[in-house]
Amino acid sequence: MPDVFIVADNILSPIGSTTAENFLKLTENISGVQLHNDTALSDEPFYASLFDRSQQFIKDSGNISYTRFEQLLIASVGNALENSGINTADKKTVLIISTTKGNISLLENNPFDRALQKRIALHTSAKSVAAHFGFVNLPLVVSNACISGLLGIITGKRLIRSGQYENAVIVGADVISKFILSGFQAFQAISPEPCKPFDSERKGINLGEGAATVILSSNTKYSNGIKVMGGAVSNDANHISAPSRTGDELAHIIKTALNDSFLSATDISLISAHGTATMYNDEMEAKAITSAGLQSVPVNSLKGYYGHTLGAAGLIESIISIRSLKENLVLPTKGFEKMDMETPVNISNKPHRIPLQNCLKTASGFGGCNAAVIFSK
Amino acid sequence: MNKDTDITGFLLSVYQWLDPKYARFYKMDNLDKLGWLASEVLLKDSFHAENYQPEQTGLLLTNASSSLDTDRKYAETIKDIPSPSVFVYTLPNIMIGEICIRNHFKGENAFFIFEYFDAAFIEQYVNELLHNDVLKACICGWVELLENDHKAVLFLVEKEPTEQQELFTRQNMDKIFQTENG
Repeated sequence: MPDVFIVADNILSPIGSTTAENFLKLTENISGVQLHNDTALSDEPFYASLFDRSQQFIKDSGNISYTRFEQLLIASVGNALENSGINTADKKTVLIISTTKGNISLLENNPFDRALQKRIALHTSAKSVAAHFGFVNLPLVVSNACISGLLGIITGKRLIRSGQYENAVIVGADVISKFILSGFQAFQAISPEPCKPFDSERKGINLGEGAATVILSSNTKYSNGIKVMGGAVSNDANHISAPSRTGDELAHIIKTALNDSFLSATDISLISAHGTATMYNDEMEAKAITSAGLQSVPVNSLKGYYGHTLGAAGLIESIISIRSLKENLVLPTKGFEKMDMETPVNISNKPHRIPLQNCLKTASGFGGCNAAVIFSK
Repeated sequence: MNKDTDITGFLLSVYQWLDPKYARFYKMDNLDKLGWLASEVLLKDSFHAENYQPEQTGLLLTNASSSLDTDRKYAETIKDIPSPSVFVYTLPNIMIGEICIRNHFKGENAFFIFEYFDAAFIEQYVNELLHNDVLKACICGWVELLENDHKAVLFLVEKEPTEQQELFTRQNMDKIFQTENG
């Protein structure tokens, strides 16, 4: 089975429109999270990382009307494809789209009829984006809560290793609408302040908008790139909106990912956690990391910079981790000050340079799902 | 597809016929009820859970409209008081969560969106998981519901052969999918 390499990537966020811009801003400790007063989204002010409402993402779409969500996908894929050498019209290339709610905001102001049903469908957006770039294969759409981005990477990797494809373009995005924000507010999951992942005083999440693209290939001309190693997915089989209290199911797939990569716990240099800053998630992740023997490995969460970007989260955070591997730079967990956990882990709160070789990325989501992927230099 | 039946009544009647004594059912939205009931029918008498560890059984489910039926219902609640118990069902993979909770399935799971049932994708994806020993059993298929239109076609695929099985191929899946009409 061939190795799978990362060819190119893009992050399109309120912090920057390329991976390089984003990474630079993070090293300068710049966050996209701000206080917003937007009654179209919420009666109360809230902290989130959002694009300017007036920002345009693509220049000229001719006579096709793309929604904001679709523009994000197109802009991100377009930037990643530039200079990647990947031919989208190749039969051996597939497009994979990751999102939780896509164009759901169309429900807000439009009467529901057959036309809206078709327009709002995720497969409609996928076909539209695929057609824009000339992809010849049917695009895949993964919609699996907050692990969608990692699941997209795992799916791309598996499709390539099976030989069915040689290249996979994986893009994820979500737009923050009243639909999404009100839901998390109803859950009392939204923090009244900038979020504090893993911190003893954490009070919940900030939401975030963004898009990100990762291009994978088995073509050996890319063998200088970061490799996608083992990856796995599990279900807690416990609760649909809260994680397992033990973290065992996440620990299990961390170990599976290690085994599949022929690595052991001591080989992991960095963990990019999901770290949403809810009481339950961060505690569960700390337990899982400890069960897997990784309690002394530097851990960070990027949710303090980006907020929780839902369908884009697994991709944005993987790309930053991959850049960290290349730069041998561990980024801090913005918002973290003090740990108070049953199973303490090694949360980075300062940027620091150490040799980095293998990075573990984890994610968990509603429905009890967990995902883990390992990237290697 | 059943267009004229009142969907809520239909789902309740299937529940009553199965009589699984599972109070959680009443919390679920219609899409999850449909998927959950379909999995109960699928697994009843056919699945020998004692042969598998929790992480050896997983799910691959697909549909066209994601959770749109519930999304619309949740959008209505926003006009008054947003409901967390409805919001939680505004993701299609929650159905997987409900089936996992019921059966203690902890293995690989994923939800994909397709305009039409794609047997070729499911065959390829599930075969990969079974051949690479990621799973020993997989529940896969299509669970779609929007208002009264609904269709659920599920397959139980196992690595070890047992007596009453058909070969897991896209052709067999398509054949079964086409016959599940009306």
